[in-house]
Amino acid sequence: MIMLETIWFVIWGVAWAVYFMLDGFDLGLGTVYPFLARSELDRRTVVNAMGPFWDGNEVWLVTAGGVTFAAFPRTYAAMFSGLYTPLMLLLFALILRGVAFEFRGKIDSAAWRRVWDGCLVLGSFLPALLLGVAFANIFRGIPLDADGLFHGNLLTLLNPYGLLGGLTFVAIFAVHGLLWLGTRTQGDLRSRATRMARSLWVVELVLAVAFLGMTWFSTTLWRNVLGRPVLLVLPLLAVAGLLGARVYLGRGAWWRAWISSSVLVLGAVLFGVAGLYPNLLPSSLDPAASLTAFNSSSSPLTLKIMLGVVLCFLPVVIAYQAWVYLRFRDTITSASLEDGPAY
Amino acid sequence: MDVLALSRLQFAVATYFHFLFVPLTLGLSLLVAIMETAFVRTGDADYRRMARFWGKLFLINFAVGVVTGLTLEFQFGTNWSRYSAYVGDIFGSLLAIEATVAFFLESTFIAVWFFGWKKLSAKAHCGAIWLVAIASNVSAFWILVANAWMQHPTGYVLRNGRAELASFVDVVTQKFAVLEFVHTLGGAYTLAGFFVLGISAWHLARRQETAFFQKSFRIAAGWTLIFAIFEIAQGHMNAEILQTAQPAKLAAMESHWLTGAHVPMHLVAWPDEGEERNVVEGLSVPGALSLLAGYSTDTEVKGLKDFAAGERPPVLPLFLSFRAMVGLAFLFLAVALWAWLARNGIEGQPRLLKLLPWFIPLPYLASELGWTIAELGRQPWIVYGIMKTKDAASPIAAGQVATSLVAFVLVYALLGAVDFYLLGKFARRGPEPLRAE
Repeated sequence: MIMLETIWFVIWGVAWAVYFMLDGFDLGLGTVYPFLARSELDRRTVVNAMGPFWDGNEVWLVTAGGVTFAAFPRTYAAMFSGLYTPLMLLLFALILRGVAFEFRGKIDSAAWRRVWDGCLVLGSFLPALLLGVAFANIFRGIPLDADGLFHGNLLTLLNPYGLLGGLTFVAIFAVHGLLWLGTRTQGDLRSRATRMARSLWVVELVLAVAFLGMTWFSTTLWRNVLGRPVLLVLPLLAVAGLLGARVYLGRGAWWRAWISSSVLVLGAVLFGVAGLYPNLLPSSLDPAASLTAFNSSSSPLTLKIMLGVVLCFLPVVIAYQAWVYLRFRDTITSASLEDGPAY
Repeated sequence: MDVLALSRLQFAVATYFHFLFVPLTLGLSLLVAIMETAFVRTGDADYRRMARFWGKLFLINFAVGVVTGLTLEFQFGTNWSRYSAYVGDIFGSLLAIEATVAFFLESTFIAVWFFGWKKLSAKAHCGAIWLVAIASNVSAFWILVANAWMQHPTGYVLRNGRAELASFVDVVTQKFAVLEFVHTLGGAYTLAGFFVLGISAWHLARRQETAFFQKSFRIAAGWTLIFAIFEIAQGHMNAEILQTAQPAKLAAMESHWLTGAHVPMHLVAWPDEGEERNVVEGLSVPGALSLLAGYSTDTEVKGLKDFAAGERPPVLPLFLSFRAMVGLAFLFLAVALWAWLARNGIEGQPRLLKLLPWFIPLPYLASELGWTIAELGRQPWIVYGIMKTKDAASPIAAGQVATSLVAFVLVYALLGAVDFYLLGKFARRGPEPLRAE
């Protein structure tokens, strides 16, 4: 049954990677938009640039969580109870963010919109930061005992490596979001997005290099990946995506830049996941207490049935989401916003 | 309070609140789909305005429904980690199927519907709302299969220190799940029907957009009557299955203490749980409980005294909730029948028009009472007969849960206030004026 658990480990990693690739751009855009949008027209443009997509993107988070619960219930139990406070913060951030999209335009008042814009910014920045901190700590190992009990608190997670992971996520998502905005806007707003993306790309580069470097010292990720050299393609893809994003940004090729940035996110997350294998939640107290794809998995019958479900339905999901991206990617103008439908 | 009590309270807050938004999503999505289909078929622009107007209210409601549903998925892990580890093999996979099969579809196509009025053909656009309606109802199916498994576990084997799946088909097709699903849908559709009837009546009483709201009213009148009848006929089956599946719940719902045949049904009673008897009993129908439970007055119905005091659900809240829910169901039937009979000359029925807006909140109450019976009646078990609630909570600090509980109460109170304010505001504003497009 080694195959089955490994397949589920891969599905688990891919679900997270796709989640970060898709929701990453709207979390990033939500984070930077107060610094980018100057007028109400700008703000509406930014909000509507993610309008048709953010909700469907967020379901990948539910799916990643659901995959953890279904395939690795002991990991789900230890992870969610152990990381109680950060997950509650993440949850409240996502709640306020979700309703902000629907509520902000419903009352014609600047003060009202400011409140929900605030929720949108906080609700985008916090998830990016918290997920970065959480994943960096998972890469590093968390204080987990043999019963799956977490010995620590929020401060345990806010170690230098965890914080660097959080900031790296925020920077990657911010650039990813700005590149997305470039594909759907024009004029002055897009020029500002270009300038901001160029400066933030440098920050992204510095943080990414620092994070990858510190990963060598703080985790066993690199050693695991070097043990299976074919997996080196993942960090190489990430580097290529990072550089490609800058090259295409310089040429104003927005779609290519965004796709490069997506390759960066996929490559980086999958590198981390590959480096973890077979651990899902490594213990920093005792390696034997780590929760792995093997000691925390569901029964073979459940894994087989769920594999059937995922193989039948995820391709369909990907197909219709791709269709939505292709159908709703048109440039947003003041006329198209006036004419509606729009947030 | 300890972690267990705080976690139960937090789960109650999160679930009651979430379910304020679920039934309208389930029912109104279908009603909007029906209205838009009428537009595609007839080309009558009023139907298109109807889809837009009711669809706008749908979206305001939907926004809070989605984000509060997120809480529930998180909470099984954060607050009930022992439960999650013990039953994740079955329960977790049902939630994952829900996300993969239904939630993706719902969340993706609601955006297609909202943003697609000009980008898609009329037929394709109508298809989007049908996908949303079907997906939200399929989503309810998987969630209720998961809940039904907690109520009446089946298709499992206890192995490796946990409950493992033995038969997926048994879990998904068991009678308890099917009954719970159709009962929830019947209630949700009734709620959505009264929502449309109530708002239409409010406008008709003020002679605003008369043609528009007459049409809305006529669609909702037949719909509401059908499901009000269905809910009562079908609800009986849900009580009946408890006779074998959860006898302690049934006994508590009826405040029935002594096992025996020819058991009467007391329409009025007041249980004294310390004394293990009813201090007040009145309006008793002889043999009625036996008859309802097994189609014969000879049917033996287990009484609460057959269960040790620690194995019984709390009697008074169950007894009262059940009485109130059933009473409301009959009231809904009467009012739905009146509305249906008056549907063609509704503008000439001022008393009915005044009454109906007051029937918007009542089905919400009935739904929450139903969940009180289902969940409180399962106590002290979290999974009936397999795992007690007290063994299920996460081993975490009470302070963490107390903090998050306070945060939930504050944030949810704010969201609820804003959302119901917006629903009221846009419901009163009425449809957008007809314009050439």
